[in-house]
Amino acid sequence: MATQNLVELRNVVFAYDKARPVLKGIDMAIPRGRVVAIMGGSGCGKTTTMRLIGGQLKASSGEVIVDGESVSRLDERALYALRRRMGMLFQFGALFTDMSVFDNVAFQMREHTDLPQALINDLVMMKLNAVGLRGAAELMPSELSGGMARRVALARAIALDPLLMMYDEPFAGLDPISLGVIGQLIRKLNDALGATSIIVTHDVQESLQIVDYIYFVSEGRIVAEGSPAEIRASRDPWVHQFVWAEADGPVPFQFPSPPYAQDLLGAAHA
Amino acid sequence: MLDGVARVLRMLGGNVVDRIWRLGYASRFLFSVFMLSGTAFGRFQLTIREIYFSGVLSLVIIAVSGLFVGMVLGLQGYDTLQRYGSSEALGVLVSLSLVRELGPVVAGLLFASRAGSAMTAEIGLMKTTEQLSAMEMMAVNPVARVVAPRFWAGVISMPLLAALFSALGVFGGYLVGVVLIGVDNGAFWSQMQAAVDFREDVLNGVIKSVVFGVAVSWIAVFEGFDAVPTAEGVSGATTRTVVTSSLAILALDFVLTAFMFRGV
Repeated sequence: MATQNLVELRNVVFAYDKARPVLKGIDMAIPRGRVVAIMGGSGCGKTTTMRLIGGQLKASSGEVIVDGESVSRLDERALYALRRRMGMLFQFGALFTDMSVFDNVAFQMREHTDLPQALINDLVMMKLNAVGLRGAAELMPSELSGGMARRVALARAIALDPLLMMYDEPFAGLDPISLGVIGQLIRKLNDALGATSIIVTHDVQESLQIVDYIYFVSEGRIVAEGSPAEIRASRDPWVHQFVWAEADGPVPFQFPSPPYAQDLLGAAHA
Repeated sequence: MLDGVARVLRMLGGNVVDRIWRLGYASRFLFSVFMLSGTAFGRFQLTIREIYFSGVLSLVIIAVSGLFVGMVLGLQGYDTLQRYGSSEALGVLVSLSLVRELGPVVAGLLFASRAGSAMTAEIGLMKTTEQLSAMEMMAVNPVARVVAPRFWAGVISMPLLAALFSALGVFGGYLVGVVLIGVDNGAFWSQMQAAVDFREDVLNGVIKSVVFGVAVSWIAVFEGFDAVPTAEGVSGATTRTVVTSSLAILALDFVLTAFMFRGV
């Protein structure tokens, strides 16, 4: 029987280097059908969390459960089978540069199915239509703008109607129009496909409009969580600083430094 | 003083251990390429596409180099042979030099710089732009889909390019020796046919070129796959491919020659 949560992280610890763990005990539950954001500053462990869910990294301890399966215990064949039910949008699209837009979207269909060419053609056109780029099917990735590339990558990620969609910084480096378009597409596609979505981002205002729940990660721990309304109303100083983009607060503006006077007098670099 | 010596020894030891570790890692990688070669042969059009990039696009540089090396051999060979009154043996000298040594070795060096570096740069850039990660997340193994077809394309292309190099080299020698200088046409070809043994000379040359093809392709795909995913990392990996492949070709050539042509 399908559990209520599609993804669960139970006390997950991860370290590339044992002395400096990236994640220090993360607990997270992502219910089916929801759009959940994982937010935090650069280098706080957001993308690492996503890679653990996708099985590209293995947790040092704790458990990552996706659709009832413990990701770190799966062998390669089972992991690849699980990944067929996932879609991932990479930060800069990661389109295959030697293939046209059409071939990029058709890639998974050709690799994993025996569908006839005519059906693949129809499916690709439907996916491209969903992101508004049916007319760009014959273009090469080098001919696309950043926003268009992101939309093509989105069409490619949903090619096989995944159960779980993961977005790695989907709003990074986009103009306001493209940003709004991508945000709305993420929400609409999630609801239309009956999927579950995880967005890793530091774009607060855009995310608060489209997600159902938010986890804030800082220095490898979850420091706050809640619905967009709860987050907006939060009096937690860390959340307040992040949501309202304040330069100084619990996250200090200054990198740890010696006393200012000492630097000004030149003693440190003499 | 003792501290300094200890530091140098430690650094030297660390370097040696690093290199042995890396060779082991590269060997495991090669093993996985072999194990995951099903796609490269099952969907052979993927490999054919790569043969076009690494083989067909290398044709011009291989053909021009082969022709010029043959022409220079013709000039130098004639100059030496005519001192001993045996200029008719020019065909033998040119053909044996090419099929035994220069064909496989020079074609291998050119292949490493033209196709090997391109393979490394392409795979390295695919890694840098997360294309390999994206493929993994789409449940497609990048070693099977990207690396294996390129590896086998290199292994298949290399002997063909070496053969072409030798053939055009012989033609270059003919142009200079027979057409330009006037060595007897019949003697040039008949002495060549009599002296060049198929198994002893031609086949051994082909074996060399296959070995060089495996070495260059292995180094190229490994360096690309293992590249640090930054602009600097890819540039370093490309340089390492050319340098390591060239040294590997020269070292392997010596070992193979020692086994094949012992003068008995």
